[in-house]
Amino acid sequence: MKTILAVDDSASVRHMVKITLSAAGYQVIEAGDGREGLTQAKANAVAMIVTDLNMPNMNGLEFIREVRKLPPYRGVPIVFLTTESDDGMKQQAKAAGATGWITKPFRQEQLLAAAKKFLG
Amino acid sequence: MNENADPADVFRQESAELLEQLEQALLDLEQRPGDHDLIDTAFRALHTIKGSGAMFGFEQVAAFTHEFESAFDRVRKGEAAPDPELIAVALNAKDFIRAQIERPEETDAVIGVCILADLRKLFADAEARAPIETPESAAEPPGKPAAKTTTWRLGFRFNKDVLVNGSNPLLLLDELRGLGDCRVTVHCDRVPPLGQMEPDACYLEWDVVLTMAHPRSAIDDVFMFVADDMELKVEAVDEASAIMAPEAATPIAQAAVAAPESAAANPPTGAAPAPAHAEHAGALAETSAKHVETSTIRVPAERLDEMMDRVGELVIAQARLTQLASKEGAGGAKGVAEEIERLTSALRDAMMGIRMVPIGSLFGRFRRLVHDLSRDLGKEIDLTTAGEETELDKTMIERLADPLVHIIRNAADHGLEDAEARRAAGKPPAGHINLVARHAGAEVLISVSEDGRGLDARRIRAKAEENGLIAAGAALADAELHQLIFLPGFSTAKEVSALSGRGVGLDVVKRTIEGMRGSIDVATRPGQGTEITLRLPLTLAIIEGLLVRVADARYAIPLTAVEECVELSEADATRSKGRSFLNIRGELVPFLRLRELFDEPGEPDAHQKVVIVAVADTRVGLVVDQIIGSHQTVIKSLSKLHADVPSFSGATILGDGAVALILDVPHLIALGQARETRMQSSTAEFA
Repeated sequence: MKTILAVDDSASVRHMVKITLSAAGYQVIEAGDGREGLTQAKANAVAMIVTDLNMPNMNGLEFIREVRKLPPYRGVPIVFLTTESDDGMKQQAKAAGATGWITKPFRQEQLLAAAKKFLG
Repeated sequence: MNENADPADVFRQESAELLEQLEQALLDLEQRPGDHDLIDTAFRALHTIKGSGAMFGFEQVAAFTHEFESAFDRVRKGEAAPDPELIAVALNAKDFIRAQIERPEETDAVIGVCILADLRKLFADAEARAPIETPESAAEPPGKPAAKTTTWRLGFRFNKDVLVNGSNPLLLLDELRGLGDCRVTVHCDRVPPLGQMEPDACYLEWDVVLTMAHPRSAIDDVFMFVADDMELKVEAVDEASAIMAPEAATPIAQAAVAAPESAAANPPTGAAPAPAHAEHAGALAETSAKHVETSTIRVPAERLDEMMDRVGELVIAQARLTQLASKEGAGGAKGVAEEIERLTSALRDAMMGIRMVPIGSLFGRFRRLVHDLSRDLGKEIDLTTAGEETELDKTMIERLADPLVHIIRNAADHGLEDAEARRAAGKPPAGHINLVARHAGAEVLISVSEDGRGLDARRIRAKAEENGLIAAGAALADAELHQLIFLPGFSTAKEVSALSGRGVGLDVVKRTIEGMRGSIDVATRPGQGTEITLRLPLTLAIIEGLLVRVADARYAIPLTAVEECVELSEADATRSKGRSFLNIRGELVPFLRLRELFDEPGEPDAHQKVVIVAVADTRVGLVVDQIIGSHQTVIKSLSKLHADVPSFSGATILGDGAVALILDVPHLIALGQARETRMQSSTAEFA
């Protein structure tokens, strides 16, 4: 079973991600901010990361820059799930190593489609 | 039906039956996509479930089913093809509907949303795509003609770091293949020499010719996350030029892309990985398959059976003709008789060929079974099959279904350990079941093997003693103990409860197989797994027999069971008055005097022969007066009155019109074995 890491400071968003993805057969682990996400990423073999952009402690951009530095996470899809839809921010995210971008509020199918697209 | 029954229960029961029909129809449809009856069955089942669902307050079921009904309506009208992808989705849908009806509170609606999304993706065209946004507006555009297809040529290359950033071009290619008929050419020009190659950079470029019914935006959807990191050219082309163009190089290029694909593709866990690959290979097959389809005629099975009967009669009549012609010595008649003999045997072979069906049609059903077993048992199970092309008589394939289902259930339930136990034993966590069919002479061998814990002789012994099948402490070799699992009354409590809902034990399996003149072997290695092998004759209708004479009557022995023929020396005949054993190359083989067995009066011939017959590893000699020779035997079943007579499995008509009974070899071997044991125990008493 593939593990997906959901990083978001909103518990209800994490829950939504979790029920959507676990219904499709993925295992979902959660983290409340970037720092916690980094710890989780180091402790688990994660196949895909879904992360928020604006979070306390460590924001999404810093988080994925750190994650991409970890050798096992070169090539792991990272999808931003954020209310931010500014193009400049998207470019920054791309440059930091983001794979995809979903704008909140999101539909379950969008998230599933992304998981399917990146994990097959 | 009970008047007071809860209407919801009635619906549950009805829908359970309908869903069963639906699943069968879908699985059969996979084999025979052109069969309108099957499509109708599927459609009707869905239609009824939808209708009654709404009536009995299962609105969600009705709403969900509605979409599938529409889909099959289109299939019914010939607007869509019942391709494997649709069937796969429909099977998931069937399971979901069932869950919704039986355990609504445990059923997650999200699964339904996913299934519907899959369905819409299959059916999506310009108009049908829109509703994806709003699941409520589900209606398919009615009566719309099959969507017009457009061919697109795509050329694309990604930035070098696309792999590092988490995108997988293979998955994107798979997605493209999911849209329609797709031919992929890969260009390796940019790949640097090995020394300069960065291992995680993407150097490849692709050309894709895609024929699809979707709008252009479907292509953009595929690349939506990587659009900024790639160069993509899309142009519409007309079909002809697309095919003519640089595709001369396609086969090589395809091979080039196929190799890394199989190596790199993530282990396909669940989801829907297979269709894309199948499609990849199917591009060429599809065109040729269309031609094959038109030259096929469907014939009701009864007509085939009737024809087989006629051919059987013809074989018999021809044998008589040959015999008469040889007697009268009229040169002309003999020539004609030989000609007819040749034609008849060709006709017979052709007829048998028609009845032969590849066993793959049966194997296909087991994928679903194993998939479900894996889910129900919470064990990860891989099924591999080989020899799908092995052909077997149609009626046998049908009769084999239940026994094989049972054996596979047993393998999954009892044979394979759970993941933890497997890890502890140093095995991969996923259990493996291998289903193989192959020809061996005039027999077909079907084996079901797993890499589980193997049979535990001690547990079998304990169970058999507990059930009174063997005496406590009886001296039995492991192989004999393994055979005990096929005895009636040998089943574990677990079996009765959870899985074997049909209440079929392995004894029934064994009986079914033996009823087909087959046999069943077990090979097991503790900790490494068990293999159950079914040996079956190629056909039930005609066998090659060895014709023998006992007193004045003639009998046929199926040639597949005959190992050798030896003379019964006078010394053996007299010495073995008490003990009926023959020394065959140092091995003692018990023998039966058929004269005695059949109560034939009179003195036996001076030089008696012994036909050594064997089933699996057990051998028995049958003493006969004369061996006449081999004989093509059309099997006639015995009348109901005689069906219970042991020792005979059927009858055949000889060239001169006389009837010869066919010996039931497994039964005779059992008889010989029983005598041997009796003899051994009686000698033991005397000693």
